[in-house]
Amino acid sequence: MADTALDPAARDVPDPAAWSCPAPLHDQPVVVLGHGGGGALSAELVADLFAPAYGNATLDQLADSAALTLGGARLAFSTDSYVVRPLFFPGGCIGDLAVNGTVNDLAMSGARPAHLSCAFILEEGTELAVVDRVARAVGKAAEAAGVTVVTGDTKVVDAGHGDGVYVTTSGIGLIPDGVDIRPQRARPGDVVLVSGPIGLHGIAVLSVREGLEFGVGIASDTAPLADLVAAVLAVTPDLHALRDPTRGGLATALHEIATASGTGVVLDEAAVPVPEAVANACGFLGLDPLYVANEGRLVAFVPRRHADAVLAALRAHPQGAGAAAIGECVAEHPGTVVARTRLGGTRVVDLPIGEQLPRIC
Amino acid sequence: MCLAVPGKVVGIEERDGTRMAKVDFGGAVKDVCLEYLPDIEVGDYAVVHVGFALQRLDEEAALATLDLFARIGALEEEFGDPWSRAAAEAGLTEGDAL
Amino acid sequence: MKYLDEFQDPALARLLLDDIHRTVTRPWALMEVCGGQTHSIIRHGIDQLLPDAVELIHGPGCPVCVTPLEMIDKALAVAALPGVVFCSFGDMLRVPGTDRDLFRVKSAGGDVRVVYSPLDALEIARRHPDKQVVFFGIGFETTAPANAMTVHQARRLGIRNFSLLVSHVRVPPAIEAIMRSPACRVQAFLAAGHVCSVMGVDEYPELAARYRVPIVVTGFEPLDILEGVRRTVRQLERGEHRVENAYPRAVRDRGNPTALRMLAEVFEVTDRAWRGIGTIPDSGWRLTPAYREYDAEHRFGVTGTTTREPAACRSGEVLQGLIKPRDCAAFGTTCTPRTPLGATMVSSEGACAAYYLYRRLEPPAHPTKEAAPLG
Repeated sequence: MADTALDPAARDVPDPAAWSCPAPLHDQPVVVLGHGGGGALSAELVADLFAPAYGNATLDQLADSAALTLGGARLAFSTDSYVVRPLFFPGGCIGDLAVNGTVNDLAMSGARPAHLSCAFILEEGTELAVVDRVARAVGKAAEAAGVTVVTGDTKVVDAGHGDGVYVTTSGIGLIPDGVDIRPQRARPGDVVLVSGPIGLHGIAVLSVREGLEFGVGIASDTAPLADLVAAVLAVTPDLHALRDPTRGGLATALHEIATASGTGVVLDEAAVPVPEAVANACGFLGLDPLYVANEGRLVAFVPRRHADAVLAALRAHPQGAGAAAIGECVAEHPGTVVARTRLGGTRVVDLPIGEQLPRIC
Repeated sequence: MCLAVPGKVVGIEERDGTRMAKVDFGGAVKDVCLEYLPDIEVGDYAVVHVGFALQRLDEEAALATLDLFARIGALEEEFGDPWSRAAAEAGLTEGDAL
Repeated sequence: MKYLDEFQDPALARLLLDDIHRTVTRPWALMEVCGGQTHSIIRHGIDQLLPDAVELIHGPGCPVCVTPLEMIDKALAVAALPGVVFCSFGDMLRVPGTDRDLFRVKSAGGDVRVVYSPLDALEIARRHPDKQVVFFGIGFETTAPANAMTVHQARRLGIRNFSLLVSHVRVPPAIEAIMRSPACRVQAFLAAGHVCSVMGVDEYPELAARYRVPIVVTGFEPLDILEGVRRTVRQLERGEHRVENAYPRAVRDRGNPTALRMLAEVFEVTDRAWRGIGTIPDSGWRLTPAYREYDAEHRFGVTGTTTREPAACRSGEVLQGLIKPRDCAAFGTTCTPRTPLGATMVSSEGACAAYYLYRRLEPPAHPTKEAAPLG
């Protein structure tokens, strides 16, 4: 129908019965930003490209960290690269993220993180004072998380080929006996807990990019969670699944656990703790707080009989003071997350495609 | 279309000959162009779309609307015709746009 | 009064819903014109709470969905030019052109940037006088004043490396096109509140009278939408067809006169193609001759190669309410937000995408009914 613009005879009001539709966009074989967004595109990249190339039983678990048995010890092992613009944001910097992110990935299998590697990719021309600030932040965060940085590497790329500083960390930790925390273990009847208010990290970073100012309270939540996990494990080792809802936010973390375990998740929207400023910033940027990144929160799938005790343990810890029960695991709609809205309706909470973008509509 | 949200004008200034404001969206503050609302003052609320204040929000109208909602159930039981009665009591006329 | 939480109150929503349920005696088909309202309806599950007899048809009021393919292709061509910084609202980056989208242009080295406001694009132009900065000016009457003011400022401040790629659309001609369709099932309209914040309501009484349809100016919060539905249904049950303003806190009869004057200075009415629909006479705006030098089409000489789109999906029927998205065989199979066949699957407020995101479990209607209460 689009060519009616050139047809003088068709200049009348079009007949909507003839309305047509655009052609499909065929995928082109290039990397787009969404491949790193933690959503559907990232998952496809792993499933269609990396897993066929070097997949194995451990990798295929797609957990935040791999659980390995080595010389009789049960180890958790994880690696993560950090690219963030700006490098420094309210509440932290890329150095804090690089330590806490990997520490938290280890903690999500119940491990006590022990040692990290830390590799820097630096862009030619970056001020050494900037690198120094990041390095000091790494040291301080490692101390706070109770880990040591035991090996590292540095590479430099040409000016214009990097955003100043990229950091990659890997980490190992010991998994205590009797602990088996994996996304696959979520079961119908589990209660879903979150350790505190969501959306702070993503909005703190976005606030710098979008020129937002906040009167109070918007700073990244970046924090190490191993101590919080240990406090919960002291209540019961029988946690089914843990996830730190980073890229892609709470929705993506829940979606991944639902998919891995073949269960459904029902989320009670009114129970999800969203700080007012996060909700309002999301409101005018057109974002959904459920998809906004966190760097110091965890989601726990806990057997119902332990739920109250685990929630109490979370709330008794400084990192979990704002913890809440936000939903449950069900046998219906396997692999799908459904939210009960405040008004009493329901909606599907889908995996995002790539990164959320501010919208006008 | 048209994601537009309410915010409170907390400061007004002239920038390059343009009337700009700091608008507080429940804790998040953003620069907003006020050129389309020449009469708006600090403390007023406006509906904002892509960085532009498009219309002043009328508190009286908002309160009357909420009051009307709250009366609907009660009036139904008493009079059986909630809309006309509630509208009359809230000082609105039906089809007040016309 | 914060004008937000107050209009999301579940207890008041219940009162409005009860009244709607009491009022309705037979089936009615209402169209919410605006995609933002579609988003809100689905996001809050409002359609599930209405009586079965009240059907909401999701209209063509999504600027991202209806921006014509030809204009997308022009945007892609301009964005790929060396020395151009192409700025856009985030929603537009994923919309497919003939063979790619703005994300692909960016991944191929194009300087494509997401901005929150057209003023941000103007600021980029001011800071980079060596670059040509182009803003993709899409949207309905709500967004047009922002783009008009931006191009006006560019001229006033002498920022000559800024230009606007204009694809503005207007609501009333679309309503008219829908009502003139022989297959039209729409019996009443929820008019888009924020469009009316700018334009006022003067354009609607004639449409309501000519096509004998109630038109209720409606806001975007859950209570606003319920009130819009409630007033619409009351009119239908009484056999009335008037224009009502259910959003008086943000809509004055005469709109925003300052904005209307600026629109009249910067834009003139033109025919405009709507993606998936076709050309609707007088349904768009373009820059007036006085602002021609700020028109990106003019500046970059992108020619209007008309692109024919194959009839690959049934979005036309969806937009008329003849079918629901899930009645289409492609829905959720070959056509998903990840691989959209139609514009209505592209934007999160397109009818198909909204259904895919929030409603694809239905039927059965309420998947959580048997779920145990939270512990």
